[in-house]
Amino acid sequence: MKLREKARLMSETDIERALRRMAHEIVESNKGLKEVVLVGIQRRGVFLANRIREVLRQIEQEKVPTGELDITLYRDDLTLLHDHPVVHSTSMPLDITGKRIILVDDVIYTGRTIRAALDALMDLGRPSVVQLAVLVDRGHRELPVAPNFVGKNVPTSREEVVEVRVTEIDGINEVVICEREA
Amino acid sequence: MRMEWKHRHVLDLKDWTREEILLLLDQAKNMDDLMDRPIKKVPALRGKLVVNLFFEASTRTRVSFELAEKMLSADVVNWSASGSSVGKGETLRDTAWTLEAMGADAVVIRHGSVGSAHYLAKKLHRASVFNGGDGAYSHPTQALLDAYTAWKHFKNLEGRKISIIGDILHSRVARSDIRVFRELGCEIVLSGPETLMPLDVKALGVSYEPDPRKAVSGSDIVYLLRIQRERQEEGLFPSLDEYYLRFGADLDLVMHAKQEALVMHPGPINRRVEIDSSVADGAQSRILQQVRSGVAVRMALLYLCLGGVMA
Repeated sequence: MKLREKARLMSETDIERALRRMAHEIVESNKGLKEVVLVGIQRRGVFLANRIREVLRQIEQEKVPTGELDITLYRDDLTLLHDHPVVHSTSMPLDITGKRIILVDDVIYTGRTIRAALDALMDLGRPSVVQLAVLVDRGHRELPVAPNFVGKNVPTSREEVVEVRVTEIDGINEVVICEREA
Repeated sequence: MRMEWKHRHVLDLKDWTREEILLLLDQAKNMDDLMDRPIKKVPALRGKLVVNLFFEASTRTRVSFELAEKMLSADVVNWSASGSSVGKGETLRDTAWTLEAMGADAVVIRHGSVGSAHYLAKKLHRASVFNGGDGAYSHPTQALLDAYTAWKHFKNLEGRKISIIGDILHSRVARSDIRVFRELGCEIVLSGPETLMPLDVKALGVSYEPDPRKAVSGSDIVYLLRIQRERQEEGLFPSLDEYYLRFGADLDLVMHAKQEALVMHPGPINRRVEIDSSVADGAQSRILQQVRSGVAVRMALLYLCLGGVMA
């Protein structure tokens, strides 16, 4: 499948501003950062979680514990895929039982990744609250899942692909929308 | 991140590239981490049926496969030769078709005859076959768990020296280990009674040193093989005591290897035959880590071969 880049949705500055606002919303909605733990979903959510942590440190002078979660083994489409998703590491800095978990992912689409992430999370402990932060919400939900903190809402068609690029993997910070080439 | 995984079966490791072995080790590391969690079970293979078909006695390989299957949420059926239709004279081919008719997605087979896993793979239309050891030919999952145990410790195996001591001739473990460790760039020296050495040592790309002290000298890994008592009855060496005196791994032998060398053994161990308790239970021993590695490596293999539909 070849992708043709159609438009740039967010620049590096746009992403920074969105994450900054989301960080403020996280503090506000949790009345501070007590018991808050950031959990990035592999792979790009991990880097976005790290950036939110940095913003939180600037605005609240607190270092929020941050973990990473791989959902590959919890996917519901494993038998539908022809190539294999690689399993990445899962690591939590502490026992998540009783914590306020902020799941962080790059894009929310069907909601199936988040369904898998919730299952994966519950196997690790019993958080008191789970909230969801995503950089882009592109619609087309197939499950009753909604994010609590959103960087940007983008109406898309199913033929389009939203790519969030981060310097750590892609060498650049930006969000672009692509179209499948026929 | 995606990759193409082209192996439906795990029979021997002949056509595996170094990249594929390294990918397997990397995936096994993530499976290994799962074992430390309070809930050691993930839904990756929900709905898949795996049959463990054991024609030869085996405890650790069978239990290890079974644990790996259960940790990935597969449905597991154990089928042993004794007391089954095999005892009534059913051929391997008919057993294979029967298992497939029952809906098996994978069959793990251990059999005394060389090539039985390959044969089964040829007869099955849909299911994956995992070789749990066939005759003196191959034991791929053991070799991969040995490589994983060593890789986890050393990070990079390129240029490491491994000495394998014991009955190489009858050992499927030795054959498979030689294959994998050579692919990963290790130097391999064999030692043991000459009567228990294969004739094609040179063709295997390894060397032979009759003196075990010289063989382990400079080794990063000392790998001991189990001595089967019946070999002594065949007259291949005079007595178990004599074997121990000459080739048994005691502290003195291990001291000839590198100071931080690992001691490995596929199990079950014969104390005071191929290994002394001071070594088996010593600080350098990785024998119990190998057991744990076995579950992680088999999980990674099951995931890679069954996790997606092969194109």
